[in-house]
Amino acid sequence: MTNHWIDIKNADVVLIMGSNAAEHHPISFKWVLKAKDAGATVIHIDPKFSRTSARSDMHVPLRSGTDIPLLGGMVRHILEKGEFNREYVAQYTNASFIVGDGYDFKNGLFSGYDPAAKKYDQKKWGFALDEKGVPKRDPTLKHPRCVFQLLKKHYSRYTPEKVSSITGVSKQDLLKVYEIYGATGAPGKAGTMMYALGWTQHTVGVQNIRLAAIVQLLLGNMGAAGGGINALRGEPNVQGSTDHCILWNTLPGYLPVPTSDKATVEEYIKANTPETHDPKSVNWWSNKPKYMVSLLKAWMGEAATSENDYGFGWLPKADPGVDYSAIFLLDRMYKGRIKGGFILGHNPAQSMPNSNKVRKALEKLDWLAVAEIHNSETTDFWRRPGVDPKKIQTEVFLLPSCQRGEKDGSITNSGRWLMWHNKGIEPMGQSRSMGWMAVEIFKRVRALYAKESGAFPEQILKMDWPEVYDADGVARKINGSYTRDITVKGKQYKKGEQVESFLYLRDDGSTASLNWLYAGSYGPAGNLAKRRGLAQTSMQARIGLFPNFSWAWPVNRRILYNRASVDPNGKPFNSAKPVIAWENGKWVGDIPDGPAPPMALPGGKYPFIMQTQGMGQIFGPGRVDGPLPEHYEPAETPVKSHPFSAQLNNPCLKAAISDMDVLAKPGDPRFPFVLTTYGVTEQWCGGVDTRNTPLLLEAEPQLYVEMSPQLARLRGIGNGDPVVVESARGRVEAIAMVTVRITPFKVLGKSVHLVGMPFCFGWTTPGAGDATNRLTATVCDPNVSIPEYKACLVNVRKAEKVSELFV
Amino acid sequence: MDISRRGFMKLTGAGAACLGLAELGFDLAPVRAVAADLKIEGAKEVVSICHFCSCGCNIIMSIKDGRMVAAGGDPDFPVSEGALCAKGAAFQSMHYSDRRLQKPLHRAPGSDRWEEKEWDFVLDRIARKVKDTRDKDFMVKNGKGQQVNRVESIFELGASQLDNEECALTHQMLMGLGVVHMDHQARV
Repeated sequence: MTNHWIDIKNADVVLIMGSNAAEHHPISFKWVLKAKDAGATVIHIDPKFSRTSARSDMHVPLRSGTDIPLLGGMVRHILEKGEFNREYVAQYTNASFIVGDGYDFKNGLFSGYDPAAKKYDQKKWGFALDEKGVPKRDPTLKHPRCVFQLLKKHYSRYTPEKVSSITGVSKQDLLKVYEIYGATGAPGKAGTMMYALGWTQHTVGVQNIRLAAIVQLLLGNMGAAGGGINALRGEPNVQGSTDHCILWNTLPGYLPVPTSDKATVEEYIKANTPETHDPKSVNWWSNKPKYMVSLLKAWMGEAATSENDYGFGWLPKADPGVDYSAIFLLDRMYKGRIKGGFILGHNPAQSMPNSNKVRKALEKLDWLAVAEIHNSETTDFWRRPGVDPKKIQTEVFLLPSCQRGEKDGSITNSGRWLMWHNKGIEPMGQSRSMGWMAVEIFKRVRALYAKESGAFPEQILKMDWPEVYDADGVARKINGSYTRDITVKGKQYKKGEQVESFLYLRDDGSTASLNWLYAGSYGPAGNLAKRRGLAQTSMQARIGLFPNFSWAWPVNRRILYNRASVDPNGKPFNSAKPVIAWENGKWVGDIPDGPAPPMALPGGKYPFIMQTQGMGQIFGPGRVDGPLPEHYEPAETPVKSHPFSAQLNNPCLKAAISDMDVLAKPGDPRFPFVLTTYGVTEQWCGGVDTRNTPLLLEAEPQLYVEMSPQLARLRGIGNGDPVVVESARGRVEAIAMVTVRITPFKVLGKSVHLVGMPFCFGWTTPGAGDATNRLTATVCDPNVSIPEYKACLVNVRKAEKVSELFV
Repeated sequence: MDISRRGFMKLTGAGAACLGLAELGFDLAPVRAVAADLKIEGAKEVVSICHFCSCGCNIIMSIKDGRMVAAGGDPDFPVSEGALCAKGAAFQSMHYSDRRLQKPLHRAPGSDRWEEKEWDFVLDRIARKVKDTRDKDFMVKNGKGQQVNRVESIFELGASQLDNEECALTHQMLMGLGVVHMDHQARV
């Protein structure tokens, strides 16, 4: 979230799209309802009517996978009606930048497309630069090649008629949504966007978010109280685990992973540190060298020296262009190229798409170590229905994990609040924390290498590794400390002293930090994650900032991009709900995005400090599938064409290719219905923890498929009938829930039916049903490789008899 | 008398402190009778956090004689203001579920059952498996002759269930092993 949970109450319009907040983030809805009580309009755009819809002012059903047409139409509306915040757009975004001659868009494709490689040459989309290397600008926004005019041209094609014809949303509903949300472009008004996996789990997932951000920038909603782009993140510490980057492509703190074409830390830094020639741009990532060297020092301690490149050479390097992410990792496992590994608190045999393939893939392993609280479809894959355990040669270790209340540690919530939790009781039985397991396993591997040597032992033995797991000690190390006595900014620091914030991290080996983003959380003042203060200034209290409760990254900033909430002189656009203000030569309110004075004053800086050019990126040349979002149908689509171009699917979409990765054809008569998947309130994600909690299982006991009465009639299905749902990849049994919560969509003049299924049930809970993800496909967004769980094609029929369900 | 919501709950929740309620003009006789039977009487309050969605609702565990006798929403947590959803409300029962794993288990190749093992057995054997696999498949250089120092045949998946401190160590360990096939739920 750019903002945080409580801030939702400050919105004038709450747009919930791609999320069912009331059911999946129930506590978040407290703040939606507070906004509504204060007069806000709440809009829910989602294929299915849910409890979120029931409490919203309007529910707008749209066909899954058509968010870009709906939002593209909104951009068109905003520009046509002139509802955008002109000062904000001209001064704080790249709308005024002139795009170079290489950029073009024709027939659904941007310039630079290579059909054989399914890739773009992104250099074609660069900005026109002046002699200093700064992008040329036209602050009047009239230049035909400026971003603003290109944006206008691009979305002029997204007329309400076309948008309605492909989304299935009536023109009347579209215009109503556009008018209500567009009104937040007025000075002093704010609209928030709350989204979740309904936006991300598509082959255009990243561009869905991009387009939402474009709308928010046009309306001046980024940085404002009650504004922002707010991801309702799913798992308990998914924000923290993302920040610490247990992801193949990033190191902690979102530093790029080292690649084989950069042999030294200098080459790595040169290739990955952005440069700007505009003195008014902060370009925060120019600090990357400090963060990288401090990370290497934290990992390798005394062994990392300036002479040995701080141990950079010991790190593993990825090959450029190779995708090591989950989908492709599992594909290589299926093809026998992975021999063993760890699964920690994860249930891929249930929750990854095309789970029949994942289950087969696990059989190919020599060994597997799983840390879990309960048995799951992954831990017990070797005894699943229909397989003979004797034929599966995988050696499996199941490590019992303890529960949250049995250990100390911190998590980071969706609003970036770092919060400490305390151990209350001893772990049950012999269960242990996963931190303990990591320390013990790596200690034992290190002992083997110390004794026997082996392949490249330096990589293992040079790591600075604790003897025992101590959450407090690791938290201190995440924050970072000085590695030697040193004088910084006129002040003396002793070796071992905690650094005050990332402003003190250095690239000469004198500081060590496991994650620069968290520097400041555990400085000389102690562990700020433990803070429980409720004190606020009256200005902070007006928007519910709570700066003394826990700590938020970065540097306790509660609303990101808050410099964009004030005009170039530092005066809040919204005087009733100011986030920051420049008063008597200093900033008050939230921690501003950098200490520099307002933009118009001497020494002033642009507001978007993480962007190289300091501007909100309406035009985004960094995305691999285009600088502006464009509609493409899901990989499996019920239509054979769409009204925006002849390019049916994302031209860059990624897919695993194997005998088990079969896709239905566009408009495939064998699989005429759209399937979308979701969770339920009482179960959680893959469901292992909640299915093993009797009172929650009792509340949501069994897999069902929601369908409209029209579809039920079409297939002769009654409410409560056991049915079979089939895709090109698998077959799932479920109980039919015939409900008016789902209605057929009118798409290109024809009726398109959509069905919805929870994905939380699995065979280890007898009679509850088995993985819905046996139906979904391994097709991914090309930017981040997130799979398209939210839209695939299925058929539904009445079951003669069932074996997966108690009926 | 200025009483915060949290202060009020403390007053009404703890037997001895209920005497203070006289100042509020309550009839204390029934309150005393209930308080005498409260399971949280004399318990220590320890703050934890719900382990489901990323609202991160703070939870107060009431601990007595080493046992969590109750768990409820934390009224001081400004996001939830003391509320919990159905899953958060199951916090205590999840800790004491008899379906939890309590001993390390081992499944031998081709076996149709789990066997209970000691921690030392599984940790040593995992370490041996890691070393044998890594030693066999470690790549110092790629096809282009560039230094890569990685092992592609060992993978890691998970987890956004981990605490930040556990994430940091897991990442460090994987770098130390040369693992590039690493990913978790944030991807999906």
